Amino acid sequence: MKIIVAVKRVVDYNIKIRVKPDNTGVDLSHVKMSMNPFDEIAVEEAIRQKESGKVSEIVLVSIGQEEAQETLRTGLAMGADRALLVTTDQTLEPLSIAKVLKAIVHEEKPDMVFLGKQAIDDDNNQTGQMLAALLGWGQATFASHLNIENGYATVTREVDNGTQTLCLPFPMVMTADLRLNEPRYTSLPNIMKAKKKNIEQKTLADLGIDTKARLAILSVEEPKPRQSGIKVANVAELVSALKQKSCI
Amino acid sequence: MAILLLADHNPEETAKVLTAAHALKSDVDILVCGENIQTTAERSAKLNGVRQILIAEADYLAHQLAEPMADTIIALANDYDVIMAPSSSTGKNVLPRVAALLDLMQISDITAVLSPDTFKRPIYAGNAIETVRSNDHKKIITVRTASFPPTPSQNNAAPIKTITPAPNPNLSSFVKAETNKSDRPDLTSARVIISGGRGLGSQEQFMDLLLPLANKLNAALGASRAAVDAGYAPNDWQIGQTGKVVAPKLYIAVGISGAIQHLAGIMDAQIIVAINKDEEAPIMQIADYALVGDLHQIIPELEKAL
Repeated sequence: MKIIVAVKRVVDYNIKIRVKPDNTGVDLSHVKMSMNPFDEIAVEEAIRQKESGKVSEIVLVSIGQEEAQETLRTGLAMGADRALLVTTDQTLEPLSIAKVLKAIVHEEKPDMVFLGKQAIDDDNNQTGQMLAALLGWGQATFASHLNIENGYATVTREVDNGTQTLCLPFPMVMTADLRLNEPRYTSLPNIMKAKKKNIEQKTLADLGIDTKARLAILSVEEPKPRQSGIKVANVAELVSALKQKSCI
Repeated sequence: MAILLLADHNPEETAKVLTAAHALKSDVDILVCGENIQTTAERSAKLNGVRQILIAEADYLAHQLAEPMADTIIALANDYDVIMAPSSSTGKNVLPRVAALLDLMQISDITAVLSPDTFKRPIYAGNAIETVRSNDHKKIITVRTASFPPTPSQNNAAPIKTITPAPNPNLSSFVKAETNKSDRPDLTSARVIISGGRGLGSQEQFMDLLLPLANKLNAALGASRAAVDAGYAPNDWQIGQTGKVVAPKLYIAVGISGAIQHLAGIMDAQIIVAINKDEEAPIMQIADYALVGDLHQIIPELEKAL
């Protein structure tokens, strides 16, 4: 069984981002970038399935600038077998990313595609669902548990009021939620080994996919700051303040 | 212009999406998918300003599976310019599938409608607000319900029409659901939320300290990721970028430091109270009322004072 894992290079989750003064976007110059945390979880799950003998090959795919190679190296150091980078300087929308991934899937013919449930930069939560739609495959989103058995994937999903378990035939698409696993750290020897693993490169132009943006970003602004509050000395002061605001 | 609105299992959430739909000024039809959904349909029919209710009933729609739900919406799509759903786990699961099948980009999690094609939405865990205009001929939109008040109900009901759902493509099947039954108010619509973090120390302390206070205030209980990961509270209590986004009148954060990802879920709360022993914790900087001290003493004291 073969798995493709789609990974995205995003601003590190610990960074407090700044909006550019001209409101055209977020300032990403000199900001630490990392693998999207949900994608790390997806990579980890693929590796665990391989370690349990249910998967034979893990291929990482990223779409973006040359620098996304670093992200792919991280995934290779975690234990993925090889990687593919589709280079472009364009910032692609989820619909376009899903179309590119579909083309890769047609070449690679995996049994499963894993993605993170959302990227922490655009917070869209769309790509996995869109890819499943374009391929005509079943989807298991927000996964917190995966069991592969008897030719089916049984996936527990995190939903609004608890969990839901689904059973899907292969091929299928799964998107990882936080609770799926705890991603491993990469060790120095594995980082060295990952340097020898292959990252194949393609350009977006090679694939001939229409990736014209459908949404125009008119502006990006700081959220309205909350008015600064006050420190209360004790419970009595807190209660009287809340009563005054008729909160309680 | 006509809008198709996918109803939520919680009628209050449907009513909030309807408010966003009305901001687009057009005829709104509400689609209710599922099994035994007559009551939900009747409640939705009473919401102000609904043209009609469409009911799609089938056993394979009972658990809101994405594939047959999306196909059912696609079959109706010709008659609509906008398809909307709440940013609930179902809305987020189904609508991008619909968008891709129609070759459209979705606009996720809108917090404001500026015009029929221009919307505001948060990015980077709510640390920036993006204004986007859609150039697509149809709009696919999920709505952050915390940002819209519910549309009120009226006595006159809109007509209810039964439609035939798309056949089940059998790409996934339901196995089981584990629902956390709770008689507490629903997190997404609660007026008061008491939320606990790692500072509570254990599952027992979490419940022993916060439950009596929640009972007194008729509050919903929430949690930070740290508290959920530590097993103090169930997953579906998590508030934040990847959990639920809430907008209560009063939010009381107990033993929560206030990571960026948590703050993303509470920025629309009217009053935030933070109770923490660390004066420097980020939550203390954004709280309207910050109380520094040991929560093990403060919480019982607060409960008694109410």
